[in-house]
Amino acid sequence: MRLTCPLCGARDRREFTYYGAEDYLNRPAPDAPPQAWDDYLHNRDNPAGVTRDLWYHDMGCSSWLLVTRNTVTHEILAVEAVADRKGGAA
Amino acid sequence: MRYSGLRVITEGLFGNKGWKPAWRDPAPKAEYDAIIIGGGGHGLSTAYYLAKNHGMTNIAVLEKGYLGSGNIGRNTTIVRANYFLPGNSEFYSHSMKLWEGLELDLNYNVMHSQRGLINLFHSDGQRDAFVRRGNSMINQGDDAILLDREGVREMLPYLDFEQTRFPIYGGLYHPRGGTARHDAVAWGYARGADRRGVDLIQNCEVTGIDIEGGRVTGVQTTRGAIKAKKVGMVVAGRSSQVAAMAGMRLPIESHILQAFVTEGLKPVIDHVVSFGMGHFYISQSDKGGLVFGGDLDFYASYASRGNLPMVEHVMEAGMTLMPMIGRAKVLRSWGGIMDMSPDGSPIIDKTHIDGLFVDCGWNYGGFKAVPASGFCMAHLMATGESHPVAARFTLNRFATGHILDEEGTGSQHNLH
Amino acid sequence: MRLAGKGLIDRGQPVTFTFDGSTYQGFRGDTLASALLANDVRLVGRSFKYHRPRGILTAGSEEPNAMVEILEGNQQTPNVRATVQEVFDGLAARSQNRFPSLKFDLLGINDRLSPFLSAGFYYKTFMWPRPFWEKLYEPLIRRAAGLGSLSRQHDEAQYEKAWAFCDVLVIGSGPAGLMAALTAARAGADVILAEEEARMGGRLVSDNLRVDGQPGVDWVEGTLAELRALPNVRLMTRTTVTGAYDDGTFGALERVGLHCGPAPHLPRECFWRIVAGQSVLAAGALERPLAFPDNDRPGIMLASAVRSYLHRYGVVPGHRIALIANNDAARATARDLMAAGVKVAAILDTRPDASVVEDCPVYVNAQITGTAGRLGLTSITFRHAGGSATLEVDTLAMSGGWNPTLHLTCHMNGRPLWREDIAAFVPAPDAVPRLTPAGACNGTFSTAGAFREGQDAARRALAALGRSAPDLALPQAEDAPYALAAYWETPGVEGRQWLDFANDVTTKDVKLSAQENFRSVEHMKRYTTQGMAPDQGKNSNVGALAVLADATGRGIPQTGTTTFRPPYVPTSIAAMGAGGRGAGFAPQRFLTSDQASRDRGAPMIEAGLWYRPSYFPKPGETTWLEACNRETRMLRDSVGVADVSTLGKIDIQGRDAARFLDLVYTNTFSTLPVGRVRYGLMLREDGHVLDDGTSARLGEHHFLMTTTTAAAGLVMRHLDFVHQAFCAGWDVRFTSVTESWAQFAVAGPKARDLLATLLGEMPDLPFMGVADVTLGKVRARLFRISFSGEHGYEIAIPTRFGEALFRDLVARAEILGGGPYGMEALNVLRIEKGFITHAEIHGRTTAFDIGMERMVSAKKDCIGKAAAARPGMTGPERDQLVGLKATSPMGAGAHLFTPGDRVHRETDQGYVTSVCYSPTLDAHLALAFLRNGRARHGETIRVVDHLRKIDILAEVTDPVFHDKEGVKLRA
Repeated sequence: MRLTCPLCGARDRREFTYYGAEDYLNRPAPDAPPQAWDDYLHNRDNPAGVTRDLWYHDMGCSSWLLVTRNTVTHEILAVEAVADRKGGAA
Repeated sequence: MRYSGLRVITEGLFGNKGWKPAWRDPAPKAEYDAIIIGGGGHGLSTAYYLAKNHGMTNIAVLEKGYLGSGNIGRNTTIVRANYFLPGNSEFYSHSMKLWEGLELDLNYNVMHSQRGLINLFHSDGQRDAFVRRGNSMINQGDDAILLDREGVREMLPYLDFEQTRFPIYGGLYHPRGGTARHDAVAWGYARGADRRGVDLIQNCEVTGIDIEGGRVTGVQTTRGAIKAKKVGMVVAGRSSQVAAMAGMRLPIESHILQAFVTEGLKPVIDHVVSFGMGHFYISQSDKGGLVFGGDLDFYASYASRGNLPMVEHVMEAGMTLMPMIGRAKVLRSWGGIMDMSPDGSPIIDKTHIDGLFVDCGWNYGGFKAVPASGFCMAHLMATGESHPVAARFTLNRFATGHILDEEGTGSQHNLH
Repeated sequence: MRLAGKGLIDRGQPVTFTFDGSTYQGFRGDTLASALLANDVRLVGRSFKYHRPRGILTAGSEEPNAMVEILEGNQQTPNVRATVQEVFDGLAARSQNRFPSLKFDLLGINDRLSPFLSAGFYYKTFMWPRPFWEKLYEPLIRRAAGLGSLSRQHDEAQYEKAWAFCDVLVIGSGPAGLMAALTAARAGADVILAEEEARMGGRLVSDNLRVDGQPGVDWVEGTLAELRALPNVRLMTRTTVTGAYDDGTFGALERVGLHCGPAPHLPRECFWRIVAGQSVLAAGALERPLAFPDNDRPGIMLASAVRSYLHRYGVVPGHRIALIANNDAARATARDLMAAGVKVAAILDTRPDASVVEDCPVYVNAQITGTAGRLGLTSITFRHAGGSATLEVDTLAMSGGWNPTLHLTCHMNGRPLWREDIAAFVPAPDAVPRLTPAGACNGTFSTAGAFREGQDAARRALAALGRSAPDLALPQAEDAPYALAAYWETPGVEGRQWLDFANDVTTKDVKLSAQENFRSVEHMKRYTTQGMAPDQGKNSNVGALAVLADATGRGIPQTGTTTFRPPYVPTSIAAMGAGGRGAGFAPQRFLTSDQASRDRGAPMIEAGLWYRPSYFPKPGETTWLEACNRETRMLRDSVGVADVSTLGKIDIQGRDAARFLDLVYTNTFSTLPVGRVRYGLMLREDGHVLDDGTSARLGEHHFLMTTTTAAAGLVMRHLDFVHQAFCAGWDVRFTSVTESWAQFAVAGPKARDLLATLLGEMPDLPFMGVADVTLGKVRARLFRISFSGEHGYEIAIPTRFGEALFRDLVARAEILGGGPYGMEALNVLRIEKGFITHAEIHGRTTAFDIGMERMVSAKKDCIGKAAAARPGMTGPERDQLVGLKATSPMGAGAHLFTPGDRVHRETDQGYVTSVCYSPTLDAHLALAFLRNGRARHGETIRVVDHLRKIDILAEVTDPVFHDKEGVKLRA
């Protein structure tokens, strides 16, 4: 499996650390109800098909990447930097 | 038909023409008392114990492929009861007791072989953690022995005690740990359930779960609608998809775990050996193949296949620990789809929908749990109450913070 | 028997080898199989289950029978295919799975017992009495099973791994592969051509084929000469592509040194990771055996293998040969043999309407009903359109048609498609992204067809790469239609007809599996073990499927097929695990003081990837404990020096640095004055403790964070995530400086004196202060922090000066009555002081558990705060950090019980995490987690360590045993 890091180019999967679903980007407000935190931390769509998840280029540029890919075929559809995503900055 | 050595000889003398089907191929009925979605190890054992322990025989197991087509046939066949957290400890201990009577109970030789499991440790800190575990095992009534380096050398002289990157300090020996023939477990439970009247329905994919007024009423399948007031989802590997049919979002992420088997070799590894400094565990099957595995490929996947980084890592671990296996050749690799729960422990629970139950989240340790999982799921489905040894495997424990995290890596999917 | 003037072996280079102790001669270019056949050796192995005598079936890596052990000194390699192993001078091979000898094998008795050893018989017996399984039955089964043996010696040989990148990977070098490689190469693409065999050419060098009017071999050589001359082409022989993985990645095994005997300069094997933009699968096809009674005797071979031995090695496997086939193509075997002057007894054609025009007798509608010859074929009996007959033959060539070698197209879950016209599976289109099958592996069996598809596949690859294809004329070659009528087994006869030679699975086994309702093809495979032998079902899958389809009344497409998974050929663990041997498994990290510590005799122990000194022995000390006690007292009485550089160090800068630390730490850092250090607690988002450590404020917008050794990488990742995911707009950056600075703890009542001698002028540092200092011309940092509870400092210096500073500090300490201390003393000191490490923050610990819930600031948000507020994360039900004090040793990992309770999981009150003997207090101390422990100080608790046989009472105390008020720290 190879990911194309927006900064470093196409690299082997072993340069990256996987970090779970995109959901982790949507951190609830500190005072959000417990259910919101439970959903944020634990509950997942976990689709058999296209998903978006997080990868860390720790053997490269230390970028966190948001990868759109297919969990059945392993096809990589898009890679973008988490820091650059729309509405990303708090 | 009852199996026995005498039967094998009698049938052999008459050309093996008399063997009967191991199970029927019934057409689905319009309604059952209970339906189990999933004809894998856990689903089949659930059906078996529903029939055996609770007298529920008007039940069906619905399997979208063939019986035992999931992880029951794609694992490294290890059976152990070496957990240390209350909640896990009593459950796996119960499972071990069921394993120990399984052949006679099922009248099927699942080749449960208590050849002993040795968890190696490679630092003082690891030793202390294993001591805590071993003491938990003994407190639970199971067995554990602390081996020092020389004790390990006596049992496993072929390990590399000199050059390996992480020296072997000792091991936690679990004499009752071992292996079983994975497919036989599925077949034994299938045959046992079928003999008690359970309908095992293959090539029958569930496409919908019928819910009325917060109560489950049945399922839609590729072979028609089937009514039932109780439905159990026992589909590890596909739990999220099936639960979604009931509008549920589970605390599950699906991952690939690869395993490997070599060509047949004369006996060389007599125990189950587990490396402490990298995921690597190995045993030798009765056929002679070295059966071994490692860590998850580690990305959400339903592909049932893995990639090279983990393949190489597992082989490297093997080479640093026991370089005598270098010339064994890997014959086949495969990848199972693991239901990873946030804390690494399973879920056997009711859902918010009346009559709908879930058994999932077996992570990479579902095989050894097959007997107790079915036993407890059957108890839950029949009585509506959790069995005491599975009482902590609740769905809401993440919401409440009653985490069962044996590895201590964190109760989030991304922290394993 | 070797024929004069035939074959591509090098007759100028004879080699001598042994098999089962007998010496034979072959030639360079021979495989062990061809050389044995040349010496009229036919019996090569014994089968897996029935220990049937077996010979050589094939001429390739798919060989199911002829597996041997190759011996090298005290090392041996089991299950080596004689059909792949090349001979060299001194090669020593031994047959396997037989006792006492190949000709007389005691377990041959199994063959007589076969009625009782039918498919799955073991599931039905051996159950009673229960203990007999492990004690009797299983050991017997294990000893009988298995094939070759490992030596049990460490594999000390060299193996390598490598990467390669190319535009186009061509797998296989027959007509399709060569044409594809040539086309892509001429277009200027970077090409790798991988060929499993020692010689490129595929069937062009194993068959009597003509290309453009010249011998196929010559065309191959001409093409290879052109490819070799091109800088953009890499030709890899002896290289089997073993697996297709995601995004154009392939695994490949190169047999580097296996063909030339001990060669210290060569690795045995190299495992390649090849990354290809596009790929062409031109792996050819594998001929299928036919099932008939006793079709497994030595001397019964695949028809194409007979041709390979003839054309490539100049060997004929017998003197009187017959052929049975269900297709036209196999007749070339008979014709080629006759042309070479070998007697062909007859051609048996299973088709009723086949041509009878040949230079030897032809029987149509032929079906073999039996064969004879215990250790090698002596005769066949068959029925045919005109009756039945028996022929005295020593060799039978058979062909059941061909299976495309589509295995790689299944590796990414592609499901092959059944083609009725060729009675074979072909690859599903685009089964592997960017891979195009061509030629026989795509079901196109003529040579001209292979050239055509090879070129088309290359064109497709080039188009996808954006390159234009060169104009290249296709060579002229035979383009015969593939004429075959499916035929799988002899109907209506008794006797066992083998499908899977390697696992001894017969048509009866498959039928029994159907009878017992193991009707799914996967059930059949698993029940009978068909396809699970070393040949991975290459020889038997389709035949078994056909028999199952017939037994269940379904067609083959409805029956489905099992899938092929990597590796394509069995691949050694050593090759795929190359580099992992010994210390190669993981990086080693060394402190700058490493040599200085070793010079002092310190045993170095692993701390994660690092090596740290355990203790510094003095003359006369005989145990680690003596040294540890001395070092502990030394530090409490005078001064000690320890290398603490393994702690993670993260330099954090930016206008929002303070604000950021407030988010990742539970406590507040924005209020920390410049020049001061604060202890911080970090949670995971799930509310458990991630790590602890100190952060120093070096400037308004500049912090230096310290992490524990174990969590350094995790914390770095965590900081990057929190920043990029939640506050990417904040002005803050992180750099790991762990390896940039060496850092030493200097602690004890005389620590200040020591540093004063070093620094000349000692800065007036308050407890938890930090200052820049200079050592000569070197800028250093001085922190007044302590992990021992003593008045202490840590001094950090750029790494290159680390060793010098360590030696200097130790020398100065010794003048003051102090010296270096190791991990053991460091551990005692921190336990005495109640400081936690990852023994306590083991991943399941909350701030509440360690008594630090007040460090979770109520005034601000932080990572993990919300989850830490869940009901299960606090409260009396949880195990809380306490101290234990006893008069005899306790064991880390012991469990705690209320005295008087029965010892059981249900009464378990907690567990011990860290233990030591405290020379300071002359007591045995422990840190432990005890149910509701903070409320139980002063209680007596029972400490039970079954494994170490410890069962004592201890007093529950506060976890801080030494200088609870911190007077010494602040002194």
